[in-house]
Amino acid sequence: MRKLSKLRRSALASPLLLVIALFAIGTTFSVASATNKSELTTDQRSAQIAEGKQIFLKGCSSCHGLNLEGGAIAPSLIGVGAASVDFQVGTGRMPMADMSTQAVRKKPVYNDEQTAALAAYVASTAPGPAIPTESMLNYERDGNTAEGGTLFRTNCAMCHNFAGQGGALTQGKYAPSLMGVEPKYIYEALITGPQAMPVFSDKTLTPAEKLSVIKWIKGAENEPQLGGAALGRVGPVTEGLLVWTLGLGLLIGVAVWLATKAR
Amino acid sequence: MSNEIEAIKDPGLPAHVHRKADTDPVAEKRAERQVAILFLISALGTLLFIFAYYFIADDVFVFLPVMGNTNAHQLLLGLGLAIALFFIGAAAIHWAKTLMPDEEVIAMRHTMRSDDEDRENFVATVKERSAAAGLGRRSLIKRSMGLSLGLIGLSPLVLLRDLGPLPKDDLTKTSWMAGTRLVTDPGDRPIRPEDLEIGAVAQVLPKLRPDQKRTLNDIGKDAVLLIRIRPEEFQLSAERLSWTYDGIIAFSKICSHMGCAVALYEQTTKHLLCPCHQSTFDVPRAAKVIFGPAARPLPQLAITVDAEGYLIAQKPFNEPVGPSFWERSS
Repeated sequence: MRKLSKLRRSALASPLLLVIALFAIGTTFSVASATNKSELTTDQRSAQIAEGKQIFLKGCSSCHGLNLEGGAIAPSLIGVGAASVDFQVGTGRMPMADMSTQAVRKKPVYNDEQTAALAAYVASTAPGPAIPTESMLNYERDGNTAEGGTLFRTNCAMCHNFAGQGGALTQGKYAPSLMGVEPKYIYEALITGPQAMPVFSDKTLTPAEKLSVIKWIKGAENEPQLGGAALGRVGPVTEGLLVWTLGLGLLIGVAVWLATKAR
Repeated sequence: MSNEIEAIKDPGLPAHVHRKADTDPVAEKRAERQVAILFLISALGTLLFIFAYYFIADDVFVFLPVMGNTNAHQLLLGLGLAIALFFIGAAAIHWAKTLMPDEEVIAMRHTMRSDDEDRENFVATVKERSAAAGLGRRSLIKRSMGLSLGLIGLSPLVLLRDLGPLPKDDLTKTSWMAGTRLVTDPGDRPIRPEDLEIGAVAQVLPKLRPDQKRTLNDIGKDAVLLIRIRPEEFQLSAERLSWTYDGIIAFSKICSHMGCAVALYEQTTKHLLCPCHQSTFDVPRAAKVIFGPAARPLPQLAITVDAEGYLIAQKPFNEPVGPSFWERSS
């Protein structure tokens, strides 16, 4: 212990620490950038597309058709783009388990590699929206929470609720809650318009504005509950229900107690 | 058999049953203790309130099973005050029910009319005092008082002016004119038809002249929703079809029922849904009402493109937007 303390006070300590720190930053950066650099060679690309085709023929073609042409129960996938496949398969919505109302988020059937292969295959048949890269999704840097709030209230709040909790649509369909959804999937949903959701084009809702919306949603996730229980943040419905059951129940109980004669 | 109805005897009041605390000194002591305990709980509630106010920082969060992460400061303030108030009431009720006298007492109503002597005295007093105040003699005071009281009675009528002015043509006119560009809301960027993919929506407002300023009232009337579908899916009259551009159709966002923003667009069914009362409009059939309380389709804005290729309005709305009003012709 004494030795360490002596070492800390030595004149060499700060230059040495600086060198160690620089070295650590350098190696971390090179490792991090190496993992980001995942450009595939043409051969690897072809192999990935071939693998994606195999997965598609086994898992998807019975509904979407052998040539992605769609059918009576499933839409055509020509031109939907890699982003759409990544969203639908990556969130587990496809393959669909129950076709009665809408595809729900569940545990993905395919792993990341298989999903990437499927996306590559579908994207290879016709151009469509691409999967946003890591650098396109830096919402902390490129987003603006206040602007995101305005955009959310104009574009998203009517279906997804003013606090992003989701809401009902017609005939059992619903807009899902946005809490805890990965930024990549929010972005993909905006550019592809999955299921009942419309598309929000890059010209009417620019990529920077999309990041602002994502930043606002992420802010809403961590919003402290200053006023007590949030009751699902769906507004007067749950609040009213609580008052009408618990509040009125308590009042009735007190009224009954008031009127009973003491023995 | 006799026809006489047998008179039902007045059963009188039931016999008074004494409470335990009335007869048993032990029960009385116990009731007394119970009341005191209830008051003490209330006092503890107030202490909790004071403690929470001074000693719990307002950024402390605690996890509670049903409520989730909850602010401890606010929670204890509310809980303390609730306990303090509720147990004062509970103690008072328990005290009244167990210890205060509970014998039934009959209080007869007195007659409403004062007796003659009081009435005469009253009239005499009024006459005497009014004569002393000089009500009959001092007509200047009497008249000026009448004026001031009369005028003050008019003042509420003046405030009725606040109900106006009449809206004039505000209910029928919006900012949309022939050639007004459609711009994004928010952002105010002009839009080209190719900016919208099939299945896309965009919230738009009219582009303002540089000297104009957009107010909330304007947005409340001017808000328009652009939707792009495949042109062959339209089931429109030739006139209405000429109001669309390349599969892009524009509707007023203000519901024709109660004026909510109709913007829940389901891409799969091509229905527009109002979140307030679930009125449902069918986009390919010019927003025909297919469900809900709305009486009219959403007004359609005729759009086209200008020389530079940006979307513009062909002409103003052909009908008032928003809910019905008395003077509305259609």
